[in-house]
Amino acid sequence: MYRILKKRQLSDQIWLMDVLAPRTARSCLPGQFVIVKIDETGERIPLTICDYDREKETVTIVFQTVGVSTARMARLNEGDSFRDFVGPLGCPSELTGRTAEELKEKRILFVAGGVGTAPVYPQVKWLRQQGAAADCIIGARSKNLIILEEEMKKEAANLYIATDDGSYGFQGNVSNLLGDLVRNQGKAYDLVIAIGPLIMMKFVCLLTKELNIPTIVSMNPIMVDGTGMCGACRLNVGGEIKFACVDGPEFDGHLVNFDEAMKRQAIYKTEEGRAMLRLQEGDTHHGGCGFCSDGKEEETNGR
Amino acid sequence: MAGKLERVPVREQDPKVRAANFSEVCLGYNLEEAVEEAQRCLTCKNAKCIEGCPVSIDIPGFIHQLKEQNVEKAYEVISRYSSLPAICGRVCPQESQCEQKCIRGIKGEPVSIGKLERFTADWAREHNIHPSVSCQPKNKKVAVIGSGPAGLTCAGDLAKAGYDVTIFEALHEPGGVLVYGIPEFRLPKKDVVEPEIENVKALGVKIETNVIVGKSVTIDQLMEEEGFSAVFIGSGAGLPKFMEIPGENANGVFSANEYLTRSNLMKAFDENYDTPIHVGRKVAVVGGGNVAMDAARTALRLGSEVHIVYRRSEAELPARAEEVHHAKEEGIIFNLLTNPKEILTDENGQVTGMVCVEMELGEPDASGRRRPVEKKGSEFTIEVDTVIMALGTSPNPLISSTTKGLDVNKWKCIVADEENGQTSKAGVFAGGDAVTGAATVILAMGAGKAAAKGIDEYLSRENADA
Repeated sequence: MYRILKKRQLSDQIWLMDVLAPRTARSCLPGQFVIVKIDETGERIPLTICDYDREKETVTIVFQTVGVSTARMARLNEGDSFRDFVGPLGCPSELTGRTAEELKEKRILFVAGGVGTAPVYPQVKWLRQQGAAADCIIGARSKNLIILEEEMKKEAANLYIATDDGSYGFQGNVSNLLGDLVRNQGKAYDLVIAIGPLIMMKFVCLLTKELNIPTIVSMNPIMVDGTGMCGACRLNVGGEIKFACVDGPEFDGHLVNFDEAMKRQAIYKTEEGRAMLRLQEGDTHHGGCGFCSDGKEEETNGR
Repeated sequence: MAGKLERVPVREQDPKVRAANFSEVCLGYNLEEAVEEAQRCLTCKNAKCIEGCPVSIDIPGFIHQLKEQNVEKAYEVISRYSSLPAICGRVCPQESQCEQKCIRGIKGEPVSIGKLERFTADWAREHNIHPSVSCQPKNKKVAVIGSGPAGLTCAGDLAKAGYDVTIFEALHEPGGVLVYGIPEFRLPKKDVVEPEIENVKALGVKIETNVIVGKSVTIDQLMEEEGFSAVFIGSGAGLPKFMEIPGENANGVFSANEYLTRSNLMKAFDENYDTPIHVGRKVAVVGGGNVAMDAARTALRLGSEVHIVYRRSEAELPARAEEVHHAKEEGIIFNLLTNPKEILTDENGQVTGMVCVEMELGEPDASGRRRPVEKKGSEFTIEVDTVIMALGTSPNPLISSTTKGLDVNKWKCIVADEENGQTSKAGVFAGGDAVTGAATVILAMGAGKAAAKGIDEYLSRENADA
């Protein structure tokens, strides 16, 4: 059993939890993920790691309630436990393999969409610890859906906010802001790391390709075991089949076939299911990136 | 009675009934039937059946006890060789092992050794009889990676020899392929797998689930920081193969691993569990092995029309004869000498059909089986909405890529001595599918057993040197 030591609500539908998971806390690195299972009958739910504390042996997870399983998770309280919590899964961010000197020479921009801000946070924090603070854009539909702003402010060199409705920061989506920074404000970047809903990552990649900036994305497809066994998370990257769980989750964004990934994301969503989700949760189950047309998020990983 | 050429038939669920449920197909012998079948054994002095058994069970020995109606004694005999008899009695390919060598089989049917083993183990469980242990603790820790057949066997044998054994399992339940791969209707989990794992735990073996060796902790850390003197790798061959044909990433195409894991491990067939499973209207399962039969029969039970698509002929089907027989009885349609070329989809990326080509058998290949060759111009389309790929698996590189000094071959299989499981790294042993690539439960058990002996010898030698 893996006990929840802290629970905090970050926005209407987004929750943060510190979970006691000694083995994962000791070995995880930015970019990796975990799988949690609430109880005997629950699903295995992949979640990105938002933070970790090697001494307290805790791992911080952030998730959005987008369906039955995540809604059940949100009902757990401090002192309750997950039956299963396994990790770290996937490969660490490629940045963790570079020296501090190499990192300091790179001008890096993170682009975080909605609950995708959670997996961006440990990477930005880790870079500051290496003396290589990076810039960061956080995007959401509206001001009340922006999460981890204070935390990120402390770790990023410059933090930019974009909201679709203009209720806070730049009015527009993250791509509009990225384009504005590079084209109008004289900013230059050697690397963009974009994490958020598929549709957001797709459009960021289209823009950065135009701007000629290498871009890394973090994929979060449907998966079961997370160890390479089921192949449910397979993606088309540069014409090759890759498993997000063992080959990723981070890939060269300019090689990922996002259209196929979006279709695969919908495998277990029936038309009725989608309709019910819209009915029950209205607009709020969006990642808030401002790109979604039908507002459908992938249930099993809460991003 | 003892002269009968035919074996005592085993009772089974009616095919029509079982095609719609997940309860076990084969009902096994009762005491009377088991004793009658046992009488058919000739108790050969130079018993060939033992040679056919990868863990060398004293088969005439336990059958002799059954003849005398001493089931408890029969269980004692089996337990000396195997920790998982209720499982092996159900899933071993007996027809190509012990039963193939049975002298009875020369004229008539061989003794039904598998069914007798199963009966003995089931009887012991029902009568609350467990394997007994008495050993001197050796005060040495051994780590076993993976709780499938290889790991459980190795751990059980080491515990019997007095070692302090911890199994590390990546998934949330122990059992490996016994739990995620083989379906309930062939190998019941609550009634058969769990009690046999409990028996292994009763020997003193600890099982830590949710630990991915190579990620959560490395082998080097286990040995240097956690005090394990030796490690056995029985991590299996978990990575599914795909055909690499167009359309394979479409919605409705699954690996058999995914399909079976959802149904078996996550219990998606049971509506009380949250994990979803895709129920196709018409399903094609590509492949002819046990995994293909398991996936096909699972889909059938969920309500689909199911076709097995296999590129060779019936004689080459690698599945156990009993599984093929059961699959046919249940109404699985076999499209033999047929090979997929492309998967067709609609505008939403959903499978609508599969283009196949007819095959014919040519010259024998390296495996001795006749090589299937395409018949030119014979392409045709079958209408399906779901395709399950059951083409075999390869070992997961997670462990080999994170362990210093551990050699692998060109198939990414760990290189280990067949006799004792020793790898290229001191104190590290391996066996089962991680070494051989996808094979059978009993071969993995045989390797786990050999490695347990190898580890015992290694640690005893280390002791003597110290």
